[in-house]
Amino acid sequence: MPSEQWTHPEPGDGPAAVAAQPSPEQVIAGLRATSEGGAELTQLLTPEGERVPSPQFDKYVDDIDAEALRGLYRDMVLVRRADREANAMQRQGQLGIWVPLLGQEAAQIGSGRALRANDMAFPSYREHGVAFARGVDMKDLLGIFRCTDHSGWDYQRHGFHPYTIVIGNQVLNAAGYAMGQKFEGKVGDDDGEATICYFGDGATSQGDVHEGFVWAAVYDAPLVFFCQNNQWAISEPTERQSRLPLYQRARGYGFPGIRVDGNDVLACLAVSRWALDECRHGNGPVLIEAFTYRMDAHTTTDDPTRYRLSDELEEWKLKDPIERVRAFLARGGGADQAFFDDVQAEADAFAADLRDYTFNMPEPPPDRIFSNVYAEGNPVLDSQREEFLSYLDGFASAGEH
Amino acid sequence: MTDLQKLTIGKALNLGLRRAMEEDPKVLIMGEDVGKLGGVFRITDGLQKDFGEQRVLDTPLAESGIIGTAVGLAVRGFRPVCEIQFEGFIFPGFDQISSQLAKLHYRTQGKIKMPVVIRVPFGGGIGAVEHHSESPESLFAHIPGLKVVSISNAVDAYWGIQEAIKSDDPILFFEPKRLYHSGALRAEIDTSGTPVPAFSSQVVREGTTVTVVAYGPSVKVALDAAAAAEDEGHSLEVIDLRTLSPLDLGPVFESVRKTGRLIALSEAPSESSLTSEIAARVQQECFYSLEAPVLRVTGFDTPYPPAKLEEHYLPDLDRVLHAVDRSLSW
Ligand SMILES: Cc1ncc(C[n+]2csc(CCOP(=O)(O)OP(=O)(O)O)c2C)c(N)n1
Repeated sequence: MPSEQWTHPEPGDGPAAVAAQPSPEQVIAGLRATSEGGAELTQLLTPEGERVPSPQFDKYVDDIDAEALRGLYRDMVLVRRADREANAMQRQGQLGIWVPLLGQEAAQIGSGRALRANDMAFPSYREHGVAFARGVDMKDLLGIFRCTDHSGWDYQRHGFHPYTIVIGNQVLNAAGYAMGQKFEGKVGDDDGEATICYFGDGATSQGDVHEGFVWAAVYDAPLVFFCQNNQWAISEPTERQSRLPLYQRARGYGFPGIRVDGNDVLACLAVSRWALDECRHGNGPVLIEAFTYRMDAHTTTDDPTRYRLSDELEEWKLKDPIERVRAFLARGGGADQAFFDDVQAEADAFAADLRDYTFNMPEPPPDRIFSNVYAEGNPVLDSQREEFLSYLDGFASAGEH
Repeated sequence: MTDLQKLTIGKALNLGLRRAMEEDPKVLIMGEDVGKLGGVFRITDGLQKDFGEQRVLDTPLAESGIIGTAVGLAVRGFRPVCEIQFEGFIFPGFDQISSQLAKLHYRTQGKIKMPVVIRVPFGGGIGAVEHHSESPESLFAHIPGLKVVSISNAVDAYWGIQEAIKSDDPILFFEPKRLYHSGALRAEIDTSGTPVPAFSSQVVREGTTVTVVAYGPSVKVALDAAAAAEDEGHSLEVIDLRTLSPLDLGPVFESVRKTGRLIALSEAPSESSLTSEIAARVQQECFYSLEAPVLRVTGFDTPYPPAKLEEHYLPDLDRVLHAVDRSLSW
């Protein structure tokens, strides 16, 4: 690999970092025992809402004035409110399952808002915040969780691929898509296109993710790997997947990796813009590890009390991604109480709308089972559908259905 | 000494695994979330606490890794029991299953044994999202070198899992996930008694009019249909296949010679499936006994639909009865 590839400071490369190299035991312990993310964590806004200057990344959020920051705040509040509403609706039997994003709003809004219209995002299954940032109507997501549909939005229009449940699969798909952008000559300058791909810390163990790293690297694909390290893969902690901080893996594949405070929306925005910029200019791929925490259960079928301590949860509550923006805005006069009240009211209305929609969501007609299995006709299916419909008709004429 | 316990399928599996681990220190359990959480279905609940982290391994999140390392552990003399969280997630491990697990014994002329069990919760009816409700068993039955079984009740769960673990062949062990915790399927098991051999097909209800052959979760559907058919004056004979590869069709042939009619029931899509194989073999063996063509009641040849539609997709009692009527109308 040419050394120019490393023109961006690589966390851990500097002499200070080398001198302070922790032992492997410390690294492993650090993965779990601390919620700090280590010295190499990129942060622009502390949990207390203090702005931390960053010579490298400030320029990527130059344009984020108070108004823009209020926008990010609003995004996160709406997304969290929608998440809580969906969680409640699952408890009330209106949704089959829900995958909560609580705690990951900053990682998702920060990275999602860094994307441009021509960029493409490949989500896993928890990226409701990214969906929102991509302009997907959150109602269109709910069909998946009410089990009326497998996917409900126009992926092309929104630049947001269908959700992927099989862990890691989407990483290779994203690599292929990004290769396509490159093959079509859509990278190389400020107007270049890029792809971003979301996955969890657990996913990094899958072969597909490793292969995705290899592919993207050897084809110089404009792909940002966005790993939301929320510390847990269902019941398994991060150290069950790696003995090295995950962002450091990038180096082995020959591209930069960086760890960002995943609860800091400003840092997530800046780092994502930087990484996407690298890709637009043809210097991709890049791995971002957003160091964050899953504040709720894995899904509504999970029971986190079986595997994690409430201490940990309490500690992370202090790092809430929304509260720090609120504190910063309030302290600096960027927003007053009326603004916060308005956003809250808007969020409540947003949630009520989702609730209404969900309660009245139409059931799919039975023969939808047969639709779109193939792009072209299939005589076997045609006759199965016919047989099935006449079978159902039998009930109707018998007055049973 | 008898030790009678009334167990669900899930609890029977848990006790069967426990007993296998007690009897042989080389038995390992490995998979995602099988430790502290006890697996997403709690089948391995409490085992890590009692046997430790080196015998109940919470593995990294990678199915090719789980199965591939199980192959290596087996070469080293261990007897790994892998849990795949949901059938839809077995495919990252498909390569290891078909290329290594199934073939090493053959490739080494018997020098390497593969005493590996892969437990796979399968089938629909739990209202889940994509990839959580499928029936891919035919894909595995098509691979020479693998033994494929499916349990339908707690007795077979308890003894079957132990028998699978004792076997020197690699076994895909399909478990009907929607029945794991079914109170109705609780069975009294003498957990200290004589092992009940699990892997041959078995008549689970005798009848004279039509034979219904099923496996896994469909056995309950077949039995329910048989109970309903009785009210309509039809006597269904129900056979639980239990072993899907190699198929034990002897009892099926015998039954068809008696009833002259066969319905093969399964949740899986029908094209190129186990039910295809059953139909082919039965017409070959029982041609002169058949009074009607072998009928199949299966899932459709589509991906598993969104769960709101699964009641239409999954063969239910009515579809079986409809097939009974069709068979009898010949
Ligand atoms: C191939 C595969 N194996 C297992 C599962 C079951 N499963 C769903 S989510 C999950 C944990 C994923 O953890 P991580 O990658 O860290 O993402 P997170 O859910 O924490 O965002 C598992 C094991 C799956 N969906 N796909």
